[in-house]
Amino acid sequence: MTDVLSFIHFIVNGVMDFLVSIGAPDLIMAGIFYLMAAVTVLSALGVVLMRNVVHSALMLTASFIGVGCLYIYMNASFMGAVQFLVYGGAVAVLIVMAIMLTRRPDMAHSNPSRGALHQLGAAIVAAVFCLVMLIVSMASPFRTEASHLGDEVKGIADLMLTEYVLPFEVAAVLLLIAMIGAIILAKGVSENDA
Amino acid sequence: MSDFGGLGIFFVIALVFPVMALIPAFILQPRQPTREKGIPYECGVDTEGKTYVQFRAGYFMYALVFIVFDIETVFLYPWAVRFGELGLFALIEMFIFVGILAVGLWYAWQKGALSWK
Amino acid sequence: METGIVMTVANLIRGILMLILGNEFIVSVIMKLIGIGAMIGVISFAAILFTYTERKVCAFIQVRLGPNRVGPRGLLQPIADMLKLMSKEDIIPYGVDRVVWALAPMVLFVPSALAYAFFPFDDGAIFADVNVGIFLLIAISSQSVLTFLMAGVASNSKYGMIGAMRAVATSLSYEAPMVFSLLGIVMITGSLRMSDIVAAQQNTVWFIVLQPIAFLIYLTTCFAETNRTPFDFVECESEIVAGAFTEYSGMRWALFFLAEYANLLSISVLTTTFFLGGWSGPILPGFVWFWLKTIFMLMIFLWIRWTFPRVRIDQMMSFGWKVLLPLALVNVLFTGVGIYINRFM
Repeated sequence: MTDVLSFIHFIVNGVMDFLVSIGAPDLIMAGIFYLMAAVTVLSALGVVLMRNVVHSALMLTASFIGVGCLYIYMNASFMGAVQFLVYGGAVAVLIVMAIMLTRRPDMAHSNPSRGALHQLGAAIVAAVFCLVMLIVSMASPFRTEASHLGDEVKGIADLMLTEYVLPFEVAAVLLLIAMIGAIILAKGVSENDA
Repeated sequence: MSDFGGLGIFFVIALVFPVMALIPAFILQPRQPTREKGIPYECGVDTEGKTYVQFRAGYFMYALVFIVFDIETVFLYPWAVRFGELGLFALIEMFIFVGILAVGLWYAWQKGALSWK
Repeated sequence: METGIVMTVANLIRGILMLILGNEFIVSVIMKLIGIGAMIGVISFAAILFTYTERKVCAFIQVRLGPNRVGPRGLLQPIADMLKLMSKEDIIPYGVDRVVWALAPMVLFVPSALAYAFFPFDDGAIFADVNVGIFLLIAISSQSVLTFLMAGVASNSKYGMIGAMRAVATSLSYEAPMVFSLLGIVMITGSLRMSDIVAAQQNTVWFIVLQPIAFLIYLTTCFAETNRTPFDFVECESEIVAGAFTEYSGMRWALFFLAEYANLLSISVLTTTFFLGGWSGPILPGFVWFWLKTIFMLMIFLWIRWTFPRVRIDQMMSFGWKVLLPLALVNVLFTGVGIYINRFM
C-alpha cells in the first residue's frame, strides 16, 4: 500500500517538477494573458467589421469584459469590478439602447458602408494609432503588476480621501454637470423654456 | 491556486455547462420543421407588419441618470470601506458627496427625466 | 474559532487527496474543481426542487392541489418535466439572428452561476473570498441584463422586443437603489469581503436590526432583479406571452428557467448573508443555520410573488427612482451619522 502511494507521489511530483523546470507555470500565465488580450482585440475589431450594429455593440461588451479580466489578471481587482459594472453593465446597455432608439428598416446591414475611401481612412487612422502606441510603449516603463497598496480598495480610498480629495470632488461635480447637460440635450432647451 | 484562478476556471465551466445540457436534448429531440412552427409567435395569427419596434425614448433619460449614479457608486464603495476609520472628515465628505447626488436627482426629477410622457 | 461542517469535510477530502497524490498544487486545483462541481450541483438541484416547490406553494396559496399525479404527492413531477423538456423539438423560428439567439440562454447562465462563488455557505466555506467580494458580485450580476436584451432583440418577435425593452427599464431603475442600499452594510463592516460581512454580524447584531430601511429596499429590488411578480415585466405571461424568451423551446427555454431559479436561490442567500447574519447562529452548525435562513427567505419570496399583483412598468420605474433611491440615500446619511456618533463621540 505504502509502496503504491509513494510510487504515485513520485510520478506526480516528478511530472510537476518537470513542468516547472520547463517553465510551464509562466507559459500558462502568459497563455491566459494572450487569450484575454486576443478576446479584447478581436472583439474590438469585430465592433468595426460587423455588418449589424447590434452585433457591433455586443462585440464592444465582449471587449469591455476582456479589459476587465485583464485588470483582474494584473491584481487590480477593484478596477476590474468597476470595468464590469460601469462598462459591461451600464455603458453597454446604454449603447444597445441608443441603437434601438434609432429607427431603421433593416438591422442586418445597419453599419455604415465600407467604400474605398472608408478603407483608406481606416488604414491611415490604424497606422497612426499603431505608431503612437509604439512610441508610448517604448517610452513608458510599463508595470506588469499593480503597485502594492496593501489592501487595494483601502489604498484607493486613502488616496482618494487624502491626496486626491479635490479631484475626487471635482469628478463628482463633473458627473453632475454631465448629467445635467445630457438631460438638457435630450429634453431640448425650447421645451424647458415653455 | 488563487481565488481569481478558481473564478477563471468557474467561468469556463459555467460557459460549457449549458452546452452539456443541450447535447442530450440535441440527440433526443424530434425534428419536423413546418412553416407554421417557424413563424414568430403572435398568439396564433400570422405575424403582422415589422417586428422591429422603436424603443421608447423615455427609457433613454433614465439610462443617462442611471449611468451617473452607477459611476458614483464606484467612488462611494472605497469611501464606505474607509468610513469607520476616518472620522469627521469622512462624515463631511459624505454630506458633500450625497449632496451632489441629491442635487442631481432633484434636477432630473424637476426636468421630468424620471417620468413618462 | 471552530470550523464548520463544510470545511471539516473539505479538509478531510484534501487530506485524503494529499495522501494519494502528494502534491500541494494538484490537490488545490482538484479542490477548486470539487467546489465548482458542488456549486453547479446545488444550482441544478435547486432548479429541479424549485419547479416543484413553487407550484406546490402557489397551489397552497391559491387553495388548489398543485401537481399530484406523477409519483406520491406529485414528487416525481420535476423528473417528468425534465424528460419532457429534453425530448421537445428545438424550434428555430424564421428570421432569428441565429448566433446571438443561440448564445443568449448559454451566456445568461454565466453571471447567475458565478455569483455562487461569493456565497459564504459556512464558516470558511466560500469559493472566492476576494477583497472586492460584494462589489464584484454586484458587477457580475449586472451583466445579466444584456443577455435578456440579446434574447429579445435576436428573436424577431414583437413580444421579445418588448420584453427586452422592459428588461433594460427594470435594471435601470432597480440597480441604483440596490447598490446604494448595500452601501450602509459596507460602511458598518468596513470591508467588501463577504466573510467580513458575516463576521461583523457575529460581533454585533444582524444587519436587519441596524439597517431595516436598507433591508426593505434590498428586498424590493430583489424582485426586480429576478423578474418576479410584482416586477416581472420581462416575461409577464399574461401580457407579452413570455417576453424575451417567447421564441425559445425545449432545452433552450429550460436554460432560462435554470438561470431564473439560480437567481431566486441567489437572492435568498444574499439577503441571508447581508441582513440575517449568514451562517452564524447558536447551537446548530453554521451550515444548517445557513440553509434554514435561506429557505425562510425563499418562502418569503414565494409568498410575495403569489400574493401581490403586477404593477405597471412606469409605476415601478418611478417607484425605483423617486421612492427607493432617495430612501437609500437618506439611509446612507443616517448610517454615516450613526457610525460617527457611535465611534467618535
